[in-house]
Amino acid sequence: MYRYDEHDHALVQDRVTQFRRQVERRMAGEISEEQFRPLRLMNGLYLQLHAYMLRVAIPYGTLDSRQMRKLAYISRRYDKGYGHFTTRQNIQYNWPKLEETPDILAELAEVEMHAIQTSGNCIRNVTSDQYAGAAKGEIEDPRIWCEIARQWSTLHPEFSFLPRKFKIAITGCDNDRAAVKVHDIGMIMKRDASGEVGFEVIVGGGLGRTPFVGKTIREFLPKEHFLSYLEAILRVYNQLGRRDNKYKARIKVTLHETGKEEFTRLVEEEWMQIKDSTLKLPKEEVDRIAKHFEPPAFKAVPEVAPTVDARAASDAGFASWLRHNIFEHKTQGYSIANISVKPMGEAPGDATAEQMDAMADLADEFSFSELRVTHSQNVVLPHVEREALPALYDKLVEAGLATANLGLLSDIICCPGLDYCALANARSIPIAMKIAERFTPAKQEEIGDLQIKISGCINACGHHHVGHIGILGVDRKGEEHYQVQLGGSATEEAALGKILGRGFSADEVVEVVDKIIATYLDIREDGEEFIETFRRVGQTPFKERVYGTA
Amino acid sequence: MALLERREDGAAEIEDRFTRLGDEDALPGSGGVLVSFSRFSAEREALLARDGDLGVWLDSNESPTELADDLDRLAVVACNFPAFNDGRAFSYARLLRERLGFKGEVRAIGEVMLEQIAFMVRSGFSTFELKDLKELDEFKRVCDEVRVVYQPTGDGRQTALQRRLGS
Repeated sequence: MYRYDEHDHALVQDRVTQFRRQVERRMAGEISEEQFRPLRLMNGLYLQLHAYMLRVAIPYGTLDSRQMRKLAYISRRYDKGYGHFTTRQNIQYNWPKLEETPDILAELAEVEMHAIQTSGNCIRNVTSDQYAGAAKGEIEDPRIWCEIARQWSTLHPEFSFLPRKFKIAITGCDNDRAAVKVHDIGMIMKRDASGEVGFEVIVGGGLGRTPFVGKTIREFLPKEHFLSYLEAILRVYNQLGRRDNKYKARIKVTLHETGKEEFTRLVEEEWMQIKDSTLKLPKEEVDRIAKHFEPPAFKAVPEVAPTVDARAASDAGFASWLRHNIFEHKTQGYSIANISVKPMGEAPGDATAEQMDAMADLADEFSFSELRVTHSQNVVLPHVEREALPALYDKLVEAGLATANLGLLSDIICCPGLDYCALANARSIPIAMKIAERFTPAKQEEIGDLQIKISGCINACGHHHVGHIGILGVDRKGEEHYQVQLGGSATEEAALGKILGRGFSADEVVEVVDKIIATYLDIREDGEEFIETFRRVGQTPFKERVYGTA
Repeated sequence: MALLERREDGAAEIEDRFTRLGDEDALPGSGGVLVSFSRFSAEREALLARDGDLGVWLDSNESPTELADDLDRLAVVACNFPAFNDGRAFSYARLLRERLGFKGEVRAIGEVMLEQIAFMVRSGFSTFELKDLKELDEFKRVCDEVRVVYQPTGDGRQTALQRRLGS
């Protein structure tokens, strides 16, 4: 993974010093909260319902054991002993004290981490496939390009006061785990006819109040033009994006209102002016960064793993974990192991300091000290020798981290909701917990792959638009109320869900999910996943069951 | 209100040689004037023929590309920040310097927030209208606060990449 050089270190350290002075000025009353607000937001510090919240970037979801231990330490020393992994490969601390936040940033800088641009109307943490560098069928490790984008976007003088926040995701696989089509810019690495590697560029996806699936504005961008093309898109958006209404300020609305043809023309016109400027990446620098992402020293091991097969034959729990949480690695004899941070009865994405330490230890023992955090709020050990899986499983069981629910019903994406968030209209965590508890592990397994996504307000941080079952919390005359939608997806076949009908109370919503699932189980054909059944039959059978009428 | 000019070692307060004219104000016989883009568009010939330096100020929805043909006859282009979070003028300053080759004064007016000045300097602004002169002391500090820059802009500052390739 990428290691800072002296320049990267200097920038992050200077940034800590700068923020320390700003906090001191605020504490001394030299600047008002109003003046302090934009400054703290540039460092990921929000003022939430009960306290400040600090959002720390985990760039493109990659971290090592040393960094994970630091995150654990921070949660213990400066917070209440836990952290919350978000859908954008960040971690949030919900209870830091204002006066201690510069110390937290200094602790992070020690391990090459920061909270720069995790909020504000700027380019946010660039996200990626959590299996990058490990997934089979990957064209190239997209994290090389994420890191190049991270540096380019950090304290960008021109693009730090955009019309609205700006999110970029990059994947190197056809099989999209980074939800690139619902980002402001999504990039998919691909080859052109001559075999050269470059990017498909997708613009204007997003969730929130006005969800859109992004549109491809360039089928193929050669690698050397990566930064100049990003700069061209951002420059067009910075000038053209609406500033009169924050709900219409995202690039998805700019693209929609300008029209794809005209928007693309403007970007290409701008790009022609700068494509051969100093933004053109020298191969030397790309190679320097790529070197950091070279695969670890894998051993030559056979594909067969007798211990694994034997254990699976005799231990149903292990077999289930193997089936759901283990993913194929590109190197023979290795596996990608997912750790579900969504055990029964816990808030999705929350991890305690002890769990973070345990995961760091397991990364050291089993995965070349490397970890990933995922878009669906889980943690990954990317490089585990297959024969070591039973030993890893035993240790996960011991740490309470062996929940075998990846991709299943209880692997819910969920925002913090009204329990923590000042914007929320309704609670989302208790709904997620109730739904998960409703279905036994055996039942979940019978149901198979199913993504439930829950947001506590229309800002859609829980990505309800792209859940197979999406649940949106709204306020109805002071009561928490929930709308249900079906058929969304954030993969390469991205689609937005459709609202089923009138909404439900918190008590009813679990019942409704139960009915939807019962309908699916009744009508599914052999081997059909929930989303496939939905695509085949549409809303009607589900509506009939839920409302007693279509 | 104070007008600061970027210098090697920070900034200095300078006298404003330009009178900001409203669209209805009478044109003075001599001396520098700063007019809105709409007045410039309406009275272009007279303004350019006049004795005395001319400047145009652009609101945040007015692009400097509109001035491309006249830039060599303008002494100053001012860009307005109607609010600190309206960042269009960062792009305008870069276009003025890097695309249109404007060598004159590029002035930041309106809601100019101290903490944005480093970004403004990097984008090509050379003078800054600030509400409070005590910010002069702070000016140098905010410009030098972060030693490293990643992005190549027209300010000529050596980027991290250039340092890497040079070392």
